[in-house]
Amino acid sequence: MNPAIIPIATAVDFTQQHRGKPKGRQANPHCVSEVLAIVGQETLRRDLLIEYLHQLQDHLGCLPKPHLAALAECLRLSQTEVFEVATFYHHFDVVDSEHPANHDLTVRVCNGPSCCMAGAEELIEKLPALLGSTVRVQAVPCIGRCEQAPAVAVGQHEIGWANHHEIMEAAFGQHTKALPPRHTGVAQYKAAGGYQLLHECVTGKRTVESLINTLSNSGLRGLGGAGFPAGKKWAIVREQNAPRLMAVNIDEGEPGTFKDRSYLEHNPHQFLEGMLIAAWAVQASTIYIYLRDEYHACRAMLQNELALLKANPPISNMPAIELRRGAGAYICGEESAMLESIEGKRGLPRLRPPYVAQVGLFNKPTLVHNFETLYWVPAILEKGASWFSEQGRHGRSGLRSYSVSGRVNKPGVHLAPAGITLNELISEYCDGMQPGHTLYGYLPGGASGGILPAVLADVPLDFDTLQPHGCFIGSAAVVVFSQADSAVNMARNLMRFFVHESCGQCTPCRTGTAKALALINQPQWNVPLLQELSAVMRDASICGLGQAAPNPIDCVIRYFPQELEFEPRGSKS
Amino acid sequence: MNASQMIRLQLNGQTVEALPGETLLQVAQREGIDVPHLCYKAGLEAAGNCRACVVEVEGERTLAASCCRQAVAGMVVHTDSTKAIAAQKMVLELLLADMPNHANPKALKTDNELTHWCQQMDIEGSRFDARAAVPADLSHPAIAVNMDHCIQCTRCVRACRDVQVNDVIGLAFRGEHAAIVFDQGDALAQSTCVACGECVQACPTGALSPAKAAAHQPADKTVDSVCPYCGVGCQLAYHVKGNTILRVEGRKGPANEGRLCVKGRYGFDYVHHEQRLTQPLVRREGVTKNPVDLLDPEQVNSAFRPATWDEALALIAGRFKQIKSTHGGHALAGFGSAKCSNEEAYLFQKLVRTGFGTNNVDHCTRLCHASSVAALLEGIGSGAVSNPVMDVNQAEVIFVIGANPTVNHPVGATWIKNAVKNGAKLIVADPRRSDLARHATHFLQFKADSDVALLNALLHVIIEEKLIDREFIEQRTEGFDDLKANVSACTPEAMSSICGISPAELRAVARLYATSSASIILWGMGISQHTHGTDNARCLISLALITGQIGRPGTGLHPLRGQNNVQGASDAGLIPMMYPDYQQVCNPEAQQRFEALWNTPLSNTPGLTVVETMQAILAGTVKGMYILGENPAMSDPDLNHARKALAALDFLVVQDIFLTETASLADVVLPASAFPEKTGTFTNTDRLVQLGQQAIHPPGQARQDLWIIQSIAQGLGLDWQYNSLEEVFDEMRRAMHSIEGITWQRLQGEHALVYPCAHEGDIGQAVVFTEHFPTPNGKARLVPARYRKAAETPDSEFPFVLITGRQLEHWHTGSMTRRASVLDAIEPEPTALLHPEDLKALNIEAGNTIRLQSRRGEIQLFARADTGTPPGHVFVPFCYAEAAINKLTHAALDPDGKIPEFKYCAIAVHKK
Repeated sequence: MNPAIIPIATAVDFTQQHRGKPKGRQANPHCVSEVLAIVGQETLRRDLLIEYLHQLQDHLGCLPKPHLAALAECLRLSQTEVFEVATFYHHFDVVDSEHPANHDLTVRVCNGPSCCMAGAEELIEKLPALLGSTVRVQAVPCIGRCEQAPAVAVGQHEIGWANHHEIMEAAFGQHTKALPPRHTGVAQYKAAGGYQLLHECVTGKRTVESLINTLSNSGLRGLGGAGFPAGKKWAIVREQNAPRLMAVNIDEGEPGTFKDRSYLEHNPHQFLEGMLIAAWAVQASTIYIYLRDEYHACRAMLQNELALLKANPPISNMPAIELRRGAGAYICGEESAMLESIEGKRGLPRLRPPYVAQVGLFNKPTLVHNFETLYWVPAILEKGASWFSEQGRHGRSGLRSYSVSGRVNKPGVHLAPAGITLNELISEYCDGMQPGHTLYGYLPGGASGGILPAVLADVPLDFDTLQPHGCFIGSAAVVVFSQADSAVNMARNLMRFFVHESCGQCTPCRTGTAKALALINQPQWNVPLLQELSAVMRDASICGLGQAAPNPIDCVIRYFPQELEFEPRGSKS
Repeated sequence: MNASQMIRLQLNGQTVEALPGETLLQVAQREGIDVPHLCYKAGLEAAGNCRACVVEVEGERTLAASCCRQAVAGMVVHTDSTKAIAAQKMVLELLLADMPNHANPKALKTDNELTHWCQQMDIEGSRFDARAAVPADLSHPAIAVNMDHCIQCTRCVRACRDVQVNDVIGLAFRGEHAAIVFDQGDALAQSTCVACGECVQACPTGALSPAKAAAHQPADKTVDSVCPYCGVGCQLAYHVKGNTILRVEGRKGPANEGRLCVKGRYGFDYVHHEQRLTQPLVRREGVTKNPVDLLDPEQVNSAFRPATWDEALALIAGRFKQIKSTHGGHALAGFGSAKCSNEEAYLFQKLVRTGFGTNNVDHCTRLCHASSVAALLEGIGSGAVSNPVMDVNQAEVIFVIGANPTVNHPVGATWIKNAVKNGAKLIVADPRRSDLARHATHFLQFKADSDVALLNALLHVIIEEKLIDREFIEQRTEGFDDLKANVSACTPEAMSSICGISPAELRAVARLYATSSASIILWGMGISQHTHGTDNARCLISLALITGQIGRPGTGLHPLRGQNNVQGASDAGLIPMMYPDYQQVCNPEAQQRFEALWNTPLSNTPGLTVVETMQAILAGTVKGMYILGENPAMSDPDLNHARKALAALDFLVVQDIFLTETASLADVVLPASAFPEKTGTFTNTDRLVQLGQQAIHPPGQARQDLWIIQSIAQGLGLDWQYNSLEEVFDEMRRAMHSIEGITWQRLQGEHALVYPCAHEGDIGQAVVFTEHFPTPNGKARLVPARYRKAAETPDSEFPFVLITGRQLEHWHTGSMTRRASVLDAIEPEPTALLHPEDLKALNIEAGNTIRLQSRRGEIQLFARADTGTPPGHVFVPFCYAEAAINKLTHAALDPDGKIPEFKYCAIAVHKK
């Protein structure tokens, strides 16, 4: 080195690490080629980031940071733009080194309320020792098989009524791939007259106006939980400037909910036809189907059916259909968070206004529907508005698909008249309570819908009927619990879920859920502070997650005060 | 406000008015109603995530974030209802719970906004338990990271991503684990952070704060000024305690809107460096000048002795007068500096012209944009930019060629990146892949030295495909037929083999540029620093002229100026062939005008340029020099030769703030004032004249430069009696039509005025050439250029191409930034950038020492692997005295601009 180095003292020894390379982690050329080999060489799309992350994770078993740096370079993104997305979704495992994680299989055990009632916690405790160090056991939020509790996924192989023998057999026998469900395929569906309605629409036998009228008269409302009238939604989106897009929400993540999976597993084309009719009605150029990652079997089946449909389209000019895979984020069931996720970003709900019908996916007007809403469209159009609207009980109208789980004899999706009461649902559809169990309380609408006590089992279950009781029906996920269970523990389970699933965007939810869980995990609840906190979470959170998160706490305080008077039954969760 | 547009709404029981699009928070603030807010910061996109600003809108179930919710007619809003106040307070209490209670909340930020709002809302403590502790990250020399103070408001994310578009900071993970991260959750020092500090300026709680403890002290005063570094001309404020600068913050100026880069924000403590010159120095009797082993600044006493100002000035006057009387005025020369103010530059050239009696006055513009200016003066009659950088916001296509603005004009680059985010198409053409390439629609990594081939191909396509603006060509240009004939053979196919860009890409870029509604060209030294630099610029001018992409907002030609006052120094006449305002010295009319103004006969012989001066010294024709703030012993090409020349002078006076390499060869060294120690005007790359104001006093006996220049002038017998800056500026206004309308009073009030500015009250013309060009017939001249190679090309002995330039943290020859503690801590050592494949082939490990050699010299420095550098090329910054790369560069000159070929010469790379 030349002698005259200017003698300037440096504040930090910053030197060594920076001498040989530019600032920061550089994309390693061999990782770049590996990434391109995995995701394909075609021009990469920013909005497909999550798909690419899945491909990498599927191939590598994890997401090593060097590969994320390489993916960022290929996408011409910065590293943090990739990293922040990868770390948002629970199904991605970002690891520091190039060396993959020290497990080669993940067993996900559902710790939703119904699975916990069915012994999930015991499995979670027992499995690590039984499966050994190469298998990672994760307790995960509801995987949507509550009627088969406890539910487990060994790799992508979903197992209902799981016991440790079966899990070990699958894990050690490498049965880790999804098994496609038995379903009505496109040929069978067409043979039975499927896609005729769609054909009638595009050939002018039916007008958009008549469709909207029929839907409006049927009283069909958004069945994801918000209950917005479907016909009205179509009318609003149609009025927006083209191009318009459509997104279908099958991110069925509300604990206790499994109706969408159940219908999709059996009759995918009834949904697809409804979807194409809706897309035609609003003239959407592209349809994005967002399917939760946990539904591996459905995804395999749907990929196949969509390929068949595209190969032999039922109509000319069928809109482009893209199937997108969630990555373990309940919040992406919130429609605007789902749109963010489809765009390849973190699933953070957007502030409204503007509404997604006006400014939605890629800032285009977007028709967003839950799976089930579309599923009923062909049936209603075929059978007429009154077929649907004339159903109902206790002054309510329509049909509801109640996902019933918990302490009943016959859990499952029960298509029943809207407004049915819990007592009627249990006795008429579920063959009563399980032996030895007496109704103690229930969740009328999954984790968010609140908790009702047995004395309120005669309230009609529908949109708008539960608000006076501090609850709501949401996706009609009914979880029934008994004297063997405790409402306080139920609230802890649900709040743990919300803490896990809060996107972290706004203070009342990010910090509020965490502080609330800490408070209710205490043997003695600070009820006034909890009430103060829950009021603010309700009033000031950006989206429904944070607004509904305090429901379980408020319901325990309102309906189960006896449990708060002394140390509740059971241990802390 | 236009009354007809106003919206009426109810706010806390009062009827108030709002403009369409205004948010409830803005309305409340205007009405004097305090609503707590943390994630909202003016200038950043509203995020609405902290929820401290929620208000009640009647008829709505939930509260609305007032920072995001727009006012709507008839809305009934309560910022102070029980529900709203409960939520505002609870949000603050939840956030307060997680703040480390042991620490003084204001330790990291004196105006901690969370503390402020908690006090306002009477929140003294939190009833909630704190989150798990978060460790600090103190890895970075500039920025301390204390995430235990973080409230996840994402102001830093927006500052880093939306404002500066450095894209380093992210919000990663989810829920209660949501965390601000750098890159992939890396320690800040390990990340790609460029330390612009925009995040620090944005952070409400001090989670991101200056790393230096001094910065946290309360200031006695703040002084509004301008950044001393590049030509962007960012306005800033010095926070001063006693005679010490504590910290610098961005100020809302027309060119920067509050933004700064690492140099502007953290590169200020050079002024307090122990090596500052504090008294005049005179070379000791018998100590010879050694151009081979330069004097170590620490050993200053071995060659120099302190002197009084009277002694030094008398010595200077005597020696200069002696040389002049013996050899004539042309035996004297002066180099001014583009770092000095307009007033200093003006007086300096006036001293040389009237005191020395020669036009031998030049400065570092010769090394930067002399060729661009030559081409612009020849083609369109003006050397200045046609449109400001900010016009990229109005452009559909932005063409950046031979420039690395994220490094050299960092804040200017942010406007380009912002424009791209807003939909503009960016074309980046450069042999090196810069950070900007990631944002480009088309990145043309063409072969170094092939600029003319590349640009002629674009001209060919535009003419061939009739994408020209015929009307513009006919009405406002001349010489089109010659141009057309010249490029007729330059098909993309023919040029592709020379420039290395595919014909299809060349066509796509030509079409994009020509057919957009507004295309702007920005270029840097990659264009100008070639022996064909003037030709390169001619081609760019032709591109704009034949497509009519000039004379409108969002179009035009913008040579990005390197130094804070290179535009102003040139305007003020610090160039050998022109008086102020580009009046040719050989034009008798101009000569008479200045003879009258200055009341002295003037020489009509154009003077010597920088490199020519060095040659003249060795030839014995120049014998004495006065160098103000310039460091040719580092910045000139072929340094061994240049240093030999400086050492050969009979008498050299250097006026500077440090004992620079040039000063070490002087006979007399005068201690000058640093930028924050004086007041003056500086003209940025946009032709914006801005006021820099004195914040601290010069150390010891160091004096302000204007005083020194005037004292030397008086010593030479000139009757100068400038009692104030204002008097100098007024004389400049009389000398220069372009700034006639800019008065000292206006500058003091407005701090920034653009020229041409014809009269008082004129707001100035940001965009020029709208109607005609400042040429004799008002038309622009299209000048054809033919591709030719660099003066020295690689061969088997010297197989690599050397490209020199700057790096982000260091300024020019490093005399200031190498002594700025934060900047030198970030980049403390000389490095050469090579492609990893080249390193592999040479069996050199990244980080090891290598030896670079050219026909003219050699240096040793560290090898840095950089995939952005094309194979076969080596890039070296010229700021390192211990590895002065200009020992290797070639002094071959562009025939028109007289600029040396810093961007191309042949070298060999050896493993040490």
